Amino acid sequence: MMPRTLSRILPQALTLLAVVALVSAVFPGFLDVDLVNGRLVGPAVDVVKRGAPVALLAVGMTLVIATRGIDLSVGTVMAITGAVAAWTIGAGWGWGGAVALALAAGLAAGLWNGCLVAVIGIQPIVATLILMTAGRGIAQLITEGRILTFNDAAFAWFGSGSLLGVPVPAVLWLLTAILVAQLMRRTALGLLVEAVGINRRASALAGVNARVLLIAVYMASGLCAALAGIVATADIRGADANNAGLWLELDAILAVVIGGNSLMGGRFSVAASVLGALIIQTIDTGILLAGFPSEYNLVIKAALVLVILVLQSPNLGAHWHFLRSQMRRRAEPAPAASPQGPGAQPRTTPAEEARR
Amino acid sequence: MTMKTLFLTTATLIAGTAGMAAAQQTVGFSQIGSESGWRAAETTLTRQQAEERGINLQFSDAQQRQENQIAAIRSFVAQGVDAILLAPVVATGWDSVLEEAAEAEIPVILLDRRVDSAEDLYMTAVGSDLVHEGEVAGDWLVGEVGDEECRVVELEGTTGSSPAIDRATGFRNALEGHDNIEIVRSQTGDFTRSGGKEVMESFLQAEGGGQDICALYAHNDDMALGAIQAINEAGLNPGEDILIVSIDAVPDIFQAMADGDANATVELTPNMAGPAFDALEAYWADGTEPEKFIQTDSTLYTQSDDPMAEYEARKDLGY
Repeated sequence: MMPRTLSRILPQALTLLAVVALVSAVFPGFLDVDLVNGRLVGPAVDVVKRGAPVALLAVGMTLVIATRGIDLSVGTVMAITGAVAAWTIGAGWGWGGAVALALAAGLAAGLWNGCLVAVIGIQPIVATLILMTAGRGIAQLITEGRILTFNDAAFAWFGSGSLLGVPVPAVLWLLTAILVAQLMRRTALGLLVEAVGINRRASALAGVNARVLLIAVYMASGLCAALAGIVATADIRGADANNAGLWLELDAILAVVIGGNSLMGGRFSVAASVLGALIIQTIDTGILLAGFPSEYNLVIKAALVLVILVLQSPNLGAHWHFLRSQMRRRAEPAPAASPQGPGAQPRTTPAEEARR
Repeated sequence: MTMKTLFLTTATLIAGTAGMAAAQQTVGFSQIGSESGWRAAETTLTRQQAEERGINLQFSDAQQRQENQIAAIRSFVAQGVDAILLAPVVATGWDSVLEEAAEAEIPVILLDRRVDSAEDLYMTAVGSDLVHEGEVAGDWLVGEVGDEECRVVELEGTTGSSPAIDRATGFRNALEGHDNIEIVRSQTGDFTRSGGKEVMESFLQAEGGGQDICALYAHNDDMALGAIQAINEAGLNPGEDILIVSIDAVPDIFQAMADGDANATVELTPNMAGPAFDALEAYWADGTEPEKFIQTDSTLYTQSDDPMAEYEARKDLGY
């Protein structure tokens, strides 16, 4: 079990190492970690802290994508749950009430998406697009269009506090990822999710309650988005309905894709998605530390992501084998090239093998 | 029968408007929407100003759509209002509707943003000079640090947006000839609190834990407020270890100034309607044509300007 998980996430781990090495080359102190006032401080610590929202979203998104769906609403759900949390604190219900209501709001959003997809049968991209566009309006209604600020140290702890020196957001996403991954792999749940993603009809005929499972998966995504919303809101001690989680759904999808998960559903790895989120955040933080003019930010990010995705492309492996065999054929002509040669037979790539 | 009713109705209507105009001027206001707290404050202040001056304000919210604004202006023209205030959502495509207003001899005043139509199609434009705002912020910093060496970090607005470009230019204009002040890092925080906080964290990491930073210039207050949290969490004292100057003058920055966390802010006044009504009243009184651009004041506020009172005055404007 364990070695298989390791070999599954090896490409992502290597990519992360490469990105870290690249950033360290541009900004030598990247891996320096100090202990200041009992908390770890350093650029790498910032990465695991700042990466929390996307990592949390990516955990939920992985499950949704494994069912061959997609959840475009998570960024907006962050804004809604943040607004709910800030409003609750403003109403004097304390941090406990704020967390509870925010999580409930996330679950409700997931239930809505799940019902649209699983019960009414709307395509996931359209179903979740509804909440993505309408949801910011809901968040603005709650905040009345302003940035709702609060001064609750206990709630702010979720964004800027630390647990044994480690930033709380980092602890949150790590725990969530471990919990979800264990829940999926220690029980049959992960298998069922994959079954629904590969062929919903077949799995339904085989006795899987696909409808309930789909709704549950979207609710899990909503819950993860609620956690991310809590982190983002607690971080700035205010709910910014216009900007909280803006475009983060795209970063989350990117994290899942960098994690090597297929958008066509089926096999998934939560750990790889979370590593994908860390890769994205390392690039983001690296760009900030490097001190380039801000016009270059998105170009650099896009170029790096392109390189990573091209390197991970399953076709690249096939092309590589093809090119190599061509070169070999050119080096030693006619007699060596038999029909059984390595170039003549289509070979499965490591990535394809992993997917089977 | 129908014709007769129509004539009668028209006659009554005309008589009605004429009677009202004598008593009270009616001004139509086509607002972009309420995309930001500042915009909401502008709407609130416009209503207040109209009420104080006894002007009947017809308000129309365009919800970020130009076609809604054009429809609103047409209906203002049809109603025969005495003047139109327009906060245009985009700069282009206003020629025909402005011509319609000009033919009806209704003066149009642009608020906050400009259009690319010919200048004779509108009476005047009221707005802030964004470059000047940056200069005011820069001048304050120059005066504050004197001859000491000062390494400044800058939180830019959204890359490529005109406020970000102009506020950066103005600040650099003010620093010209003061070689002791140097902008060492400059990065976009997208005008948001979370952006300001995240970027400030990286500035602090990159500049010796913040020891090498003497001042922060943020293109808006929200980014400065995020940065203040980052500085606090890094164990430094914002406002003392790192001087903080920003632009906009939203209520929360006054709270921060009262707490000693921020040092100065330059106001982008949401009261664009005040100067517009002044110009209109002068025009109605004796036909004075105002200048084609009325620049609003870019007032500097510091900790010595009783920030708590300024906070109280602003907090209910809808920011």
